[in-house]
Parts: sequence; C-alpha cells; structure tokens
Amino acid sequence: MESIVSILAGVLVAGGAYLMLSGNLVRYILGLTLLSNAANLVIFAAGRMTEAAPPLTLYGEKVPAEGVANALPQALILTAIVIGFGLFCFALTLAYRAYYAMGTARMDSMRVAEPREEG
Amino acid sequence: MILVWPIVIPLASAALLLLFRKWSGLVRWGSVAAAVALLAAGIWLLATVLETGPVAAQMGGWPAPFGITLVADILSAAMVVITGIVAVAVTIYGLAEIDRTEGWHGHHALVHALLAGVCGAFLTGDIFNLYVWFEVMLIASFGLLVVNGTKKSADGAVKYVGLNLIATLAFLSGVGLLYGVTGTLNMADLSGRLEGRQEEVAVLVSAMLLLFAFGAKAAMFPVFFWLPASYHTPSVTAAALFSALLTKVGVYALIRVFTLIYDLDVPLVQNMLLWGAVLTMIVGVLGAAAQNHWRRILGFHIISQIGYMVLGLALATPAAMLGAIFYLFHHIIVKANLFLIAGAARRMVGSEELKITGGLYAARPLLAVLFLIPALSLAGIPPLSGFWAKFLIVAASLELEAWLITFAALAVGLLTLYSMSKIWLEAFWKPHPDGPDAVVGKVPMAMLVPILSLATLTVIIGLSAGMFVDAALAATEQILDPTAYIEAVLGARE
Repeated sequence: MESIVSILAGVLVAGGAYLMLSGNLVRYILGLTLLSNAANLVIFAAGRMTEAAPPLTLYGEKVPAEGVANALPQALILTAIVIGFGLFCFALTLAYRAYYAMGTARMDSMRVAEPREEG
Repeated sequence: MILVWPIVIPLASAALLLLFRKWSGLVRWGSVAAAVALLAAGIWLLATVLETGPVAAQMGGWPAPFGITLVADILSAAMVVITGIVAVAVTIYGLAEIDRTEGWHGHHALVHALLAGVCGAFLTGDIFNLYVWFEVMLIASFGLLVVNGTKKSADGAVKYVGLNLIATLAFLSGVGLLYGVTGTLNMADLSGRLEGRQEEVAVLVSAMLLLFAFGAKAAMFPVFFWLPASYHTPSVTAAALFSALLTKVGVYALIRVFTLIYDLDVPLVQNMLLWGAVLTMIVGVLGAAAQNHWRRILGFHIISQIGYMVLGLALATPAAMLGAIFYLFHHIIVKANLFLIAGAARRMVGSEELKITGGLYAARPLLAVLFLIPALSLAGIPPLSGFWAKFLIVAASLELEAWLITFAALAVGLLTLYSMSKIWLEAFWKPHPDGPDAVVGKVPMAMLVPILSLATLTVIIGLSAGMFVDAALAATEQILDPTAYIEAVLGARE
C-alpha cells in the first residue's frame, strides 16, 4: 500500500513540476495544488497505512490494538488541506487580478515590478 | 498565561480593527495602541524569562508532548520584544503614510495578523504549530502586499506567493517525515528522540526539506528571488515590517531547529548551511551593487545580511552563535529604519529611482544624518551596532582559521559600504536633476519620530555594546545547552 502511495506522490510531483514550468500563471497555480496534494500523501504514508483497522481504543483500555494506523497525521493533513485550500483561493484571485492589471498570464512577460534595464 | 498575550493581543486587535475599519481615525490610533500593548507584553515576558529561566505553558491542558506547547527562552522572548519595537515604529509611521483607502481595505488589521503570526512562530514549541504560524504570517503578508492595489504590487505578489508556497510545501513534507520517524511533533521531545539517529536517511531528508523551507523564508542562496521582486512594491510601512521580521523568522527557525532538533555536527547539514551562507552574502551584495532603485538595493542587502547570520549558525562555535544572535537583533532595527527613511525620502524627491532624485542633503540635512546612522551601521562602521555584529562573526571565523570565509565576510562589508554610498551620492549629495525646487514637503512628525527613535536605538546598541553582548551571550548559552528549555517543556508534564 505504501509503495502505491509513494508512486502516486511522485507522479503528482512530476505533473506539478511540469505544469509549473509551463510559464502560465494559472497552470503554475494548478501545479502548486498538485504539489500540495503530494505533500499531503507523504504525511499520510508516514503515519502507517492499515486496511480495515480503525485506530480506536477498546473500552477500559489505554492503548489501541496492535497494527492500527496513527490517526494524528490524518489530523495534520486535514489542517494542511484547509490551509492549502485558503491559499489556493487567494492565489487564483491574485492570478485573476494580475491578469486583469497586466493583460497577460505569462509569467515571463510580467515585468512591471522588475523592468528590464535599457541598453 | 503570560505566554499567551503576545499572540492574543495582535489577533484580537486584528479582528477589532477589521470590524471598525470604517472609523478611520479610531483604527489608525487603535493600531498604534495595540502595538504598544504588544511591546509591553513582550517586555513583561522577557523580564519573567530573565528572572526565572525558560517558561512553558501547555495549551488546552494536554501535557507535553501531546498538546501544543508555548515556550519562551531568552532568544524567543527577546525576539518578541523587538517585534514589539518594530510594530510600534511602523504603526506610528503608518499614521502618515497609509491613506484612507488602503486602511479601509484592511491594511491595519493585516499588520496585526502578521504580528500575531510572527509572535506565534517565536513562541511555539511544536513544529507543526510552527507551520501553522508560518501560514498565518504568510497569508497576512500576501494581503499586505496587494492591499494598496497597484499594478506593481500585483506583479510583486505573484512572484512572492508563487515561490513562498513551494517553501511551505517543503516545510509540510519535512514535518510529515519527521513525525513518521519519531512519532512526536514537540520540539523538546524531538531533541531527545533524535539523539544518535542524526545520520539516518529519513532524518537527513527531513533536515534538508526544513533547511530548504526556512532557507527560502530567510532568502538564502539560491532561493531568494522572491524577495527583491516583491519588497519594493507594497507601502513602505508593509515593506519595513517585512524586511524587519519575515526573513528573520526564517533565521530564527533555522537557529531553533538546527540547534534543538538536528545536530550541526553532521557534515552534510553543516556544509549546506556554511556554503549557502557564504554564497548568500556574496550574491546578495553583488545584486545590491547592480541596482539603481532605492528599495531594491535595500532588498538585496537583506539577502547578504541574512548570509552573515546563517554563517554564524553554521560555524557552530559559541562565539559564532553569539555573533549570529547579536546580528539578528541589530539587523531588525537597522533594516526597518532604512526602509522607513526610503519612504520619507520618496515623499520629498518624488521617486525611488536614484537616477532621477537628488538634492536631499542640501534640502533636508537632518534626514541625511538620520540615513547615515543605519547605513553606516549596516556597512559595519564603528562604533555603531553593525560593527560589533560583524566583528563578532569575523572574530569567530578567524578563531576557526577559516580564512576564505573571513575574507568573504570582510569583502562583503566593503561592497555594502559601496552600495550604501551609491544611495548617499545619488539621492542626498548630487543636486536634483530638476533643480533644488524639486525637493518638496517636510518630513511629517509621524515619520520622523520612528526614524529618530530607531536611529537612537542603533547608536545606543553601538555605544553600550557590552550590555547587549552580555544579553546575547545569555541567549546563546540557552540555545547551545537546551536542557533548561527541554526541562521547562517536558518537566511541566505533571
């Protein structure tokens, strides 16, 4: 199970990098989203994966049964998803605003803040 | 309880300032009052820490290492105090600079949200919580970048957001891996659990991911391009706040993580930090020498100065660490001041492009003198604070007989002087190309007061350096021997 998730994370990183290198702002942001999901998968895999073994503690006992997944990384991912979602919304709005202000979504042509030197 | 105030005050004031944003006067002065309250809370915290040693508190009553810990040693308490000083300075400055529209769009609330994130990052004792505070800081800085609504700041923000989000993802993956290896997120607990496991591959990978993330936050070579692309685009108040605090949170996180959690004895980690620091110094100052825009020169300088601080950490001797910590404090004050002066000067000469400015010395001699103080301090001229900061680092590298590094540090100091003299010659010394009447207006009181106070502070630190070095020494001792820190966190178990 871990190996499938690892490969999936790798595929997501590759796809994200490909999109981010295209030079288009919207694709760049979509690439970032793929990367953030890859990061979430890394944390998911780090917390062990088990099938059909809920991380619950039996009544009266202090530790859960053997061989269950750690629930904390999943809580961390939940936090990260929420934060990532907020950032994604902001980035999309910013991309729209930048496109509106500069008339282009190509990052190479966005040179208002850093104009090319003459000569 | 004392640990909570530096976070609660700015968070609450951010919410209140947003609610009352229609009452322009109330919000502007409320923002100053909240900054003063933050400074007071910081001083109270520092006084307590100096008296009783590191203090820790468990949020929600969960004992460490299960709950979220807030903890302060001398370094983090002092960082909170200095955050308060900068906050007071920039909010007073903002009274004169921030117009009604920008205030209405939430500038003041965002400033305090940023301060909450910064203080949270200094005070947390839990590495995932550190990530959350970084995010608070990041999203507030995104807002501050675009809130003045110009085309230029939209462009700067695209680069800032795009590159900082990658660092954030690296941080998150690093934390995930670290948890997978150790099963804990509490930094004091991590310190114990990683003993003897520093060379394991998973630990090294997480160390490298965190190094990349904090390095990008601190604008280290080679991941610094977001900084000169964006720091000259927002309002001066926001730029001064960013330059003083954001990169320094990165440096603080590097110091904290690479002394408490990871060992610097591992050659891979130490070499990355060392050569990263040296290249950061050199590339930053060369970039500054090539620029002709006032705030962009200052932006590139931040990068080269960050190099000195990380160098102090990477050399890993007590003397070098002392230098890094002293440098951290000195640089926050000096850099914020330089940005504030750039803004005041722009108001009078009409531009930050050095080629089309001039005549400031003849027209406003006081401002010229006030510029010289932080500028010379940054370049390391005695007896100002920057001299002692550079002296400590250079002396530490001489002690290690690292000649190449010593040479680089000294040469970078000279080049800093060169680019500062460029600002001096172009903006202050030479006559204004449009004649002496082109310099208009006076420095408003609200701008003069923070500039003057920060300059005075620079001189005081320079002249009574012994006292401040002693304070930094106490902070260094706690950093290098974190027993008291760990005890404060884990000892509160009962």
